[in-house]
Amino acid sequence: MPMLTLAQAITDALDCALKEDERVILLGEDVGRTGGVFRVTDGLIERYGSERVVDTPVAESGIVGTAFGMAVAGLRPVAEIQFMGFSYPGFDQVISHVSRIRNRSRHRFSAPLVIRIPYGGGIGAAEHHSESAEAIYVHTPGLKVVVPATPHDAKGLLLAAIEDPDPVIFLEPIRLYRAVKEDVPDGHYTVPIGPARMERTGTDLTLVGWGAMLQEVRLAADQLARDGVLVEVIDLRTLAPLDADVLVTSAEKTGRVVVVHEAPRTAGIGAEVAALVQERALYSLQAPVQRVTGWDTVFPLKRTEHVYLPDVERIVTAARRTLEG
Amino acid sequence: MRQLLDPAGELLGDAPVGLDETRRLYAAMVEARVYDRKCTALQKQGRLATYAPFEGQEAAQVGAAAALRPDDWVVATYRDAALMWMHGYTWEALVLGRTGDERGGSPPEGINILPPSITVGAHMLHAVGLAWGERVLGTDRVALTSFGDGATSEGDFHEAMNFAAVFSTATVFLCQNNHYAISLARATQTRAETIADKSVAYGMPGEQVDGNDLFAVLTATMTAVASARNGAGPTLIEAVTYRLGPHTTSDDPGRYRPAEEVEQWRERDPLERVRLYLASQDRWDEEWQRELDRTASERIERAVNIAEGLDPLPASDPFDRMFATASPLLAEQRDEAR
Repeated sequence: MPMLTLAQAITDALDCALKEDERVILLGEDVGRTGGVFRVTDGLIERYGSERVVDTPVAESGIVGTAFGMAVAGLRPVAEIQFMGFSYPGFDQVISHVSRIRNRSRHRFSAPLVIRIPYGGGIGAAEHHSESAEAIYVHTPGLKVVVPATPHDAKGLLLAAIEDPDPVIFLEPIRLYRAVKEDVPDGHYTVPIGPARMERTGTDLTLVGWGAMLQEVRLAADQLARDGVLVEVIDLRTLAPLDADVLVTSAEKTGRVVVVHEAPRTAGIGAEVAALVQERALYSLQAPVQRVTGWDTVFPLKRTEHVYLPDVERIVTAARRTLEG
Repeated sequence: MRQLLDPAGELLGDAPVGLDETRRLYAAMVEARVYDRKCTALQKQGRLATYAPFEGQEAAQVGAAAALRPDDWVVATYRDAALMWMHGYTWEALVLGRTGDERGGSPPEGINILPPSITVGAHMLHAVGLAWGERVLGTDRVALTSFGDGATSEGDFHEAMNFAAVFSTATVFLCQNNHYAISLARATQTRAETIADKSVAYGMPGEQVDGNDLFAVLTATMTAVASARNGAGPTLIEAVTYRLGPHTTSDDPGRYRPAEEVEQWRERDPLERVRLYLASQDRWDEEWQRELDRTASERIERAVNIAEGLDPLPASDPFDRMFATASPLLAEQRDEAR
C-alpha cells in the first residue's frame, strides 16, 4: 500500500473513477493543464484527455449548471470549485436545481454529481480563500455533504460519492492536503457516506470534529490524556446526513460533549450536534455541551487568522469546563 | 427578421412542411389555446394556483417543438406548456402541476423534458450539460431550451451561451421575446438592438424571426437543430412574439402597457394567419374548425378531470422523494409528519 497525502489520495480516487467508469468526467477551472490550483487533478488530463478532464471558462454557475445537465443525461460528473469562497455563484444551481430535481421530478430524474470544494483556513490565504461554509450546504435539503480528515477516508469517500445516486458536496480540508501521509489501499474501495468514524474510544469526554479540525482535536485529546482524561474522538466525516446514533451513544457513555468546527458558531453544525445530543441524551449529560468554533466574523487575513481558528488550547479549556461540573 | 407567413396568411417563401403537417400544427395551436384559456378560467375559480398564460405565443412554441426529434431534450419554463405538450408532456401532468401537486413534475417515461423551471435563466445551463452529456454517451440528441427576453439579463444566460459555444454543444437557445418581463418592457431590458445580436459575442449563429409565424419559427429551429445534430454547435433564435395576457393571473398588465398595443398584436394572431393560409389552399373550413374546437375542449376537460380526480399525496410523500434512500434522520421526520 502506498503512503499518500490527502491530496494524493483524492487524485488516486479520481484516477480510479476515470479508469473504471466511462461516465466519469472532471470539469472545473484549471483542472486540466495545470492540474488544479492545488494540483489535485495533476496528471489526469495526460491520462484521460481533455474530453474527460475539462478546463472550463471561469464561471462557477456554468460549471455546476452544466455538470447538473450532464448528470441528468447519465454521466457522473465531478466538478471542482477552486475555493469555498468561490462556490457561491454556483450555489443557486445547487439549491434551486441540483438538490431538488429528484423531488421535483419524482425520481424520474436525478443528479448524481459530485462538487469538490477545497475549504477552510490555516494557510494564510487571500480573502474568500479560507471559508468553511458547510452549514449552508447541510441546510439545503437534498444534498449529502462529506468532509474527509484522513487520506484513507478521502479516497474511499470520494469513490463512494461518485457512485452515489444523489448529489454530494465533497469538502476538502486545504490545511490537510499535504499535512500527513498514510497507507492508502491500491485500487477501488469505498468508505460509506453516513457513518461517522470513531477515531479513539474513551469514557470521560467526547470530542467531535471533522476535516482540518481533527488535527487539533487529536492534539487536545493527547493533552487531556496526559492528565488521565479518557477522551473519545468522533470524526463525523459525513455532515449530511448526520450519524446521530454514534453521537448519542457516545454522549450517553461519556456524559460530556465538546464539538469543534472552524465555521462560524451561530447556526453551525455544532449547534445541530448539541441539539441532537440534548434531544436524545440529556439525562446522561454531566455538563452542558460545549462548542469550540470559528467566530461570527468574516474570516480574518493571515496575520489574525490564529485568533479565529480553534486551537488545542481552546479545545482543552472547553473540555476542562465540562469536567469541572 | 425572417417571416414566411404574413398576418394575412400569404406565403412569402418556401413552406417548411406540407399541408397535412401544417394542418396538424394548426390543430395543435388550437388545442394549446383551449388549454391556456381553460387554465386561466380554472384559476379564477380557485381550482388552479397562479397560472402564467402563453396566449399569443403558440406559433413560437408549437413551431419549435415540431422541429425536434421525439428523443431530444426540452428544458423550458413555466410559460411553455404548449412546447412541452407538443414534445410529449401530458396535459393532465401540466394541469396537475398548476393545481399544486408534485405529480405534475414528472414527464412520461422516455420523454426527455425537465420539469418547467420556475427560477429565471438557470435552466439554460442544463440544456448545455444535457447536450454535452448526450454527446459523451454517443447519441446525437439535441437539447432545446426556451426562455423569455427577461432571462437574457440573467448571468446564467451569459454562462450558458458561452459554455455552449466554447464546448460546441448541441444546444438550441430559443428566446421567446414576448416584449415584457412581468412589467419591464423589452426596450428597457437591454440596449441591444435585437436579442439575436447577442449571439455575436459568443461566436454562435443567431437569428431573429417573426415568432408569430409558425413557418418562420419552424424553419429557423429546423436549421438550428440540424446544425446542432451535425456537430456544428449551438444557435440562438429570437422569436419575436407577444404575451397577450398577463404575466400571471396575479398581475394587471394595464398598469404597464397600453391597450392599443395589445390590440395591435391581436391583429398578428399566430393562429389566424395559418388558418388564412390553409383556407387559401382549400384545407380549412368552418366544419373542421368546429371539430377542432370540440375535440380540443374534450381533451382538456378530460385532462382536468384526471388531474382533479387524483387522491391527495400521503404525508410521507416528500420524504420518500428527496434521495434514492432516505437517511435515518429523514425517516424519523417522515414518521413524525404522519
